[in-house]
Amino acid sequence: MSAENLESMVNRRYAHGFITDIATESLPPGLNEDIVRAISLRKNEPEFMLEWRLQAYRQWLEMKEPTWAHVHYPPIRFNEISYYAAPKSDKDRPKSLDEVDPKLLETYEKLGIPLHERARLAGVAVDAVFDSVSVATTFKGKLADAGVIFCSFSEAVREHPELVRKYLGSVVPRRDNFYAALNSAVFSDGSFVYIPKGVRCPMELSTYFRINAANTGQFERTLIIADEGSHVSYLEGCTAPMRDENQLHAAVVELVALEGAEIKYSTVQNWYPGDENGVGGIYNFVTKRGDCRGANSKISWTQVETGSAITWKYPSCLLRGENSVGEFYSVAVANNRQQADTGTKMIHIGANTRSTIVSKGISAGKAQNAYRGLVKVMPQAHGARNHTQCDSLLIGKDCGAHTFPYMEIKNPSAKIEHEATTSKISADQLFYCRQRGIAEEDAVNMIVNGFCKEVFKQLPMEFAVEAQALLNVSLEGAVG
Amino acid sequence: MLEINNLTARIGDTEILRGLSLSVKAGEVHAIMGPNGSGKSTLAQVIAGHQDYVVTGGTATFNGKNLLDLEPEERAREGVFLGFQYPVEIPGVNNAYLLKAAVNARRQHQGLGEIDAFEFLKLAREKMAMLGMDTKFLNRGVNEGFSGGEKKRNEILQMAMLEPKLAILDETDSGLDIDALKAVAEGVNSLRKPDRAIVLVTHYQRLLDYISPDFVHVLSEGRIIRSGDRTLALELEEKGYDWLREAANG
Ligand SMILES: Nc1ncnc2c1ncn2[C@@H]1O[C@H](COP(=O)(O)OP(=O)(O)O)[C@@H](O)[C@H]1O
Ligand SMILES: [Mg+2]
Repeated sequence: MSAENLESMVNRRYAHGFITDIATESLPPGLNEDIVRAISLRKNEPEFMLEWRLQAYRQWLEMKEPTWAHVHYPPIRFNEISYYAAPKSDKDRPKSLDEVDPKLLETYEKLGIPLHERARLAGVAVDAVFDSVSVATTFKGKLADAGVIFCSFSEAVREHPELVRKYLGSVVPRRDNFYAALNSAVFSDGSFVYIPKGVRCPMELSTYFRINAANTGQFERTLIIADEGSHVSYLEGCTAPMRDENQLHAAVVELVALEGAEIKYSTVQNWYPGDENGVGGIYNFVTKRGDCRGANSKISWTQVETGSAITWKYPSCLLRGENSVGEFYSVAVANNRQQADTGTKMIHIGANTRSTIVSKGISAGKAQNAYRGLVKVMPQAHGARNHTQCDSLLIGKDCGAHTFPYMEIKNPSAKIEHEATTSKISADQLFYCRQRGIAEEDAVNMIVNGFCKEVFKQLPMEFAVEAQALLNVSLEGAVG
Repeated sequence: MLEINNLTARIGDTEILRGLSLSVKAGEVHAIMGPNGSGKSTLAQVIAGHQDYVVTGGTATFNGKNLLDLEPEERAREGVFLGFQYPVEIPGVNNAYLLKAAVNARRQHQGLGEIDAFEFLKLAREKMAMLGMDTKFLNRGVNEGFSGGEKKRNEILQMAMLEPKLAILDETDSGLDIDALKAVAEGVNSLRKPDRAIVLVTHYQRLLDYISPDFVHVLSEGRIIRSGDRTLALELEEKGYDWLREAANG
């Protein structure tokens, strides 16, 4: 939508008094300052947060939607989106698993999702769900003992405003890009993590919580701060297919690693990709960035992505601290008519900073998979090193893989290596496996898992197993 | 065990097998010889069920079952093994992993449970020792960067692990040095059992010095033009194929 249209909307006043039933009702579609105020009010936010949102909103108005990604989609009508959805009441939800789409349940089964998690994932009314709250409480206690703060973003805004204020937007500024600005204005909820100095977080964050966090809405906001010498591993997402009435998703994730700190951020995501024709899929436009702010810090992104009709996502690292390390390990699967445009940016600012990029793109059906990566070495980044490995695997003949490696090297001492390969699963490979008694589908899975091995081994064990199952399900029927 | 009758098959528009008949019984070793391009590999691929070859006539049964009705993996699980002339590389897929998946597919078909991981390793090491293969090959990608001889040994390793009822080895001897040839021959001989049949496709008599066949067939232009015993191979070595072809055409 154009800026003019937006402006006229901004100036329009809503006829209905939507302010009256503030706590329970969804907001009408469209975006203007009143909507931003209403969101903030409903969340009981302090004044600074509202101010921050409003400024983001004003900045967003002046920005243009990016068009350069290697993806195609009909224009998004931002004024037809509802920016605050009231939590679903229990009476709108299925009462038990019997009322849930059998196809969805079948997928859970194939993915090996434990029974007690299935109901929750399918959105069955909470009181009917076998609850894992007690487990969650135990975990919370353990975290609190270590001094770790792990809570919803809304809670952090209320309980830890000084931390939020200090770090929010310090990695992804409000006006960083069109979707980040939009997110900053209207973000719904998300996660907040703070690991105090010298603390090694006693558990992988999110294994139990990720399901609870599943309903954070279309504009998720995550902020993770690892204070000096601390260490944390965070798991995002879920292998279960996520359906959502909201087609547009624009999340922002900010990571801050102070001196000697390490953050490992793993994502396994399976947004609903739409049917074979791409109808009804999610548009996933995400800004994820980590800031290695201190010397000897390290940020590592690992992601396994399947799903989404359109993915536009570049987890990045700002390598500011001397000797800091950035890593990006990615598997992106695109099947049917999916379009994925993903990659990373490694910005070398400090001396002797190192980065590693391993990207594995799998395309099947009529899908298009693009890798877009930037390695930038600033003039002061003496001795910077990067190694990029970018592999594409094609299944079938109607799909495509594209790589766009960009390099901007402003320091002559930098050592940059780039390797790229494209391979196909050949009929001869499949026949060979079948001649050994292995079914074609299993042969495809075997080859795909082999192709992704380097990335899978970066994932925490149970996540890796799930990721593998997820890939197999995503590529079902890709050959033959 | 294997009964092939008047089989015709083509690839693309070219008829390659033109009325081939062959009968292999349990316990027998057959050698199929013939000049380049005579259709030896085609026969092997057709028996294994390669999708590029279209059977246009004739029959093929395996232990009474219509082979042509079965998918390639079903044929394999029934006990048909093909040692490929050109084994394909599958980068990234662990050799041991493929081997284990293959063994388990066969076991499942036989109503057995999955092989114990320890048992599997023990067995694999044993067979590899027999073939003079370093166990480090277990952890490489399937045939990835293997030399010609290493690929052939790997085929024999798979065969030894799978214990097929019918093993067809397509030019497993070509490109092998004498030590490798002996190792492969030993692998094959160790599989010679009364309930198992072996078909060796070769165009040298050399392999037959180590594996003595019960029957030798000569394939030419998609047909078997002469069958005999071990002495036929020696005769061929001496005289070449032309005298047979002339005899067949004349
Ligand atoms: N993919 C193919 N397309 C067309 N012709 C083929 C193909 N593969 C084999 N042929 C032909 O089929 C004939 C038999 O080949 P093959 O069975 O490989 O012979 P052999 O193994 O006895 O050397 C040859 O003339 C060969 O050129
Ligand atoms: Mg041949």
